[in-house]
Amino acid sequence: MSLGGETAPDPVDLMVVMEELGEALVLEPYLETVVTGAALLRASGGPTADALLDGIVAGDVRLALGWAEPGTRYEWAPQETRAERKGEEWVLSGRKSVVIAAPWATHLIVSARTEGGVSLFLVAPDAPGVTLFAYPTIDGRRAADVEFADVRLDADALLGAEGAALPLLERVGDATIAAMGAEAVGIMRRLLQDTIAYTQSRQQFGQPISNFQVLQHRMVDMFMQVEMATSAVYLATLKLDAPAAERARAASVAKVTVAEACRFVGQNAVQLHGGMGMTDELAIGHYFKRATVIEGELGTVDHHVERFARLQPEAAE
Amino acid sequence: MNLDWTDEELAFRDEVRAFLDAHLTDEIREAGRLMTSVYGEHERSLAWQKILHAKGWAAPAWPTEYGGAGWSVAQRYIYARERVAAGAPPVSPMGIQMCGPAIIGHGTAEQKAYFLPRMLSGEHFWCQGYSEPGAGSDLAALQMRADDDGDDLVVSGQKIWNTHADVANWGFFLVRTARLARPQLGITFLLIDMTSPGVSVRPIISPSGEHIQNEIFLDAVRVPQANVVGAINDGWTVAKYLLEFERGGTAYAPELQARLDAIEAAAREVPGDEGGTLANDSSFAQRLARARIRVAAFETYEFRAMSAEGSPGMSASVMKIMGTELQQHMTELGLIVAGRYGIAYQPQAACPGGAVSFPHNASEYAGPRFAAIAPLRYLNERAGTIYAGSNEIQRNILAKGLGL
Ligand SMILES: Cc1cc2nc3c(=O)[nH]c(=O)nc-3n(C[C@H](O)[C@H](O)[C@H](O)COP(=O)(O)OP(=O)(O)OC[C@H]3O[C@@H](n4cnc5c(N)ncnc54)[C@H](O)[C@@H]3O)c2cc1C
Repeated sequence: MSLGGETAPDPVDLMVVMEELGEALVLEPYLETVVTGAALLRASGGPTADALLDGIVAGDVRLALGWAEPGTRYEWAPQETRAERKGEEWVLSGRKSVVIAAPWATHLIVSARTEGGVSLFLVAPDAPGVTLFAYPTIDGRRAADVEFADVRLDADALLGAEGAALPLLERVGDATIAAMGAEAVGIMRRLLQDTIAYTQSRQQFGQPISNFQVLQHRMVDMFMQVEMATSAVYLATLKLDAPAAERARAASVAKVTVAEACRFVGQNAVQLHGGMGMTDELAIGHYFKRATVIEGELGTVDHHVERFARLQPEAAE
Repeated sequence: MNLDWTDEELAFRDEVRAFLDAHLTDEIREAGRLMTSVYGEHERSLAWQKILHAKGWAAPAWPTEYGGAGWSVAQRYIYARERVAAGAPPVSPMGIQMCGPAIIGHGTAEQKAYFLPRMLSGEHFWCQGYSEPGAGSDLAALQMRADDDGDDLVVSGQKIWNTHADVANWGFFLVRTARLARPQLGITFLLIDMTSPGVSVRPIISPSGEHIQNEIFLDAVRVPQANVVGAINDGWTVAKYLLEFERGGTAYAPELQARLDAIEAAAREVPGDEGGTLANDSSFAQRLARARIRVAAFETYEFRAMSAEGSPGMSASVMKIMGTELQQHMTELGLIVAGRYGIAYQPQAACPGGAVSFPHNASEYAGPRFAAIAPLRYLNERAGTIYAGSNEIQRNILAKGLGL
């Protein structure tokens, strides 16, 4: 397998893989490394990026993208993180917040303001001046807030052209939304399947609780939400190569549909399990937590409804 | 119905404020402000109960003859609103709100004289032993058996989901004393000393990593017949009476109003998407306004319901459904405010209602404190629509009430 050049993974293949990973609740940072990180490296090109892409395939390289900051919400543009050219080197300073998978990463990809706009840099997590404050996330993964205090970087730490990162982040962000949506679909299928099985085996009032029509209808609604989410993920995946506005609108369709489905399916899976839904013992609690994390990643429902409304279809390039 | 406070009620509000101001320590306030569920931290909420007890305010709804505050509905509302706003933790509901009314309504003179003062002072800390693995929504299917043996009943069986049973020294239980024509018959309401030989308690860990619920196993536990509340085999009557208190006895709106204020305050401290703070983002402002509108209507409903004479009936179910669903909605708004930090697992920034068993950092935390608490609240609050008669069961009750 190769992650570079002509043989880059097909988005539909990735979608299928992500759905499987979701269904199995795999916690490894596949999304961060193989989807987001690899796509940024591929677009940047150059010998450093190529070597890292090979490293990912070999299993030696794990990536994390630091983009958001304490002073920003879901906009891609960094505010306080800056890099200045000093002779042959770059000097990076600023802060990134909730960098998912950073404590596991061998390399950080960091967005920063530079003279020419927004640029991406490759940073070693253990480089002098880099401080990680790591913590667990509710879905059993890890993240960190990362501080950069005058971190000196070699010239080749710059990924791609200087000042050209913003449209790239937007595009890779949309690809990440599509892949994460596929993961969510896998998670929701499992939540629904477990809920159907549980209600068919749980007896109350002398019968399986799946006999109660109100619960049947609830599970039917869960099923329909999963179908809508699946369809929206297809749309986003198949539009990844479309003109920017069309691609972004499709990604927002996926993000909103998936987030609302994650909430409805997750909450009702817990509800229909009764007290059993409120223990750490069953798998559904763990799937519910991952679904809850995905809901808000890369923008809330409100953020994407706004974005969708802002990007008029006629604005398509 | 009058929606404006009278002069006496305003004076009462000032008295409550002054009292809270004078007696709430920073430590106790933290236990109220940093809660991750409806359960206050045991030690600090018990410490607060003792302070309230000294003032005669531990039991707002009890008549004064039993040591209660004997407050009117309006006074109880005012107190609840001020309490939450000041950051005081709640007093554990299992004793004063649940078992207490059962003893007052159905207990003997001896039971009242012995248990009520100790319940108020916190010397007895109570848990509820109703649910069993096979008897949740279908509570009448309960199997824990109590056999007659002279002055004692001998009790064996299992209970589940028992909140704070690990720290309780007393429990009120529903047990089966006879197999009669209908499952509701033959159930007895029994007070059990949790330190008796044969009682063992095992933890249940929630998805948020907290240990608040438990399983209770009773193995031939001897309980004096004198601890039966109401008549033998007639526990269902007592339980139903108590359930109405659990469902409709306390207003949700004061807490909801305080939560809305806290959410709005937190939204002013975090960046939004439109260049200002989140509170200025139009989509968020709309969501908050909608939530305030729902709570305003619900608050007025609660006043109406609680001011009405007679048993709460249907309104108890309406309050339980609307109250818990609004509480859950508050935690959804909380997640929006928490934003990207809402995925971090940082119970060290909070004051959970029980010990936390999942790995986490010791004391420092990342991001705003509000954001550290938001996901825990979101996860824990899922329980609101499950316990105290699930919301599906409440809707079944209402459907019957409509004659359907
Ligand atoms: C956090 C928490 C604290 C608790 N604390 C205590 C405590 O201190 N003491 C105690 O005794 N118990 C306690 N409980 C238990 C609680 O009362 C039960 O969980 C509740 O009664 C539901 O029972 P169950 O869990 O067995 O779910 P089930 O009864 O199995 O219900 C599963 C699902 O089926 C639905 N359902 C069941 N019957 C019907 C029907 N006829 N029509 C439509 N839908 C139906 C339910 O609404 C639910 O969605 C607690 C529970 C939780 C979650």
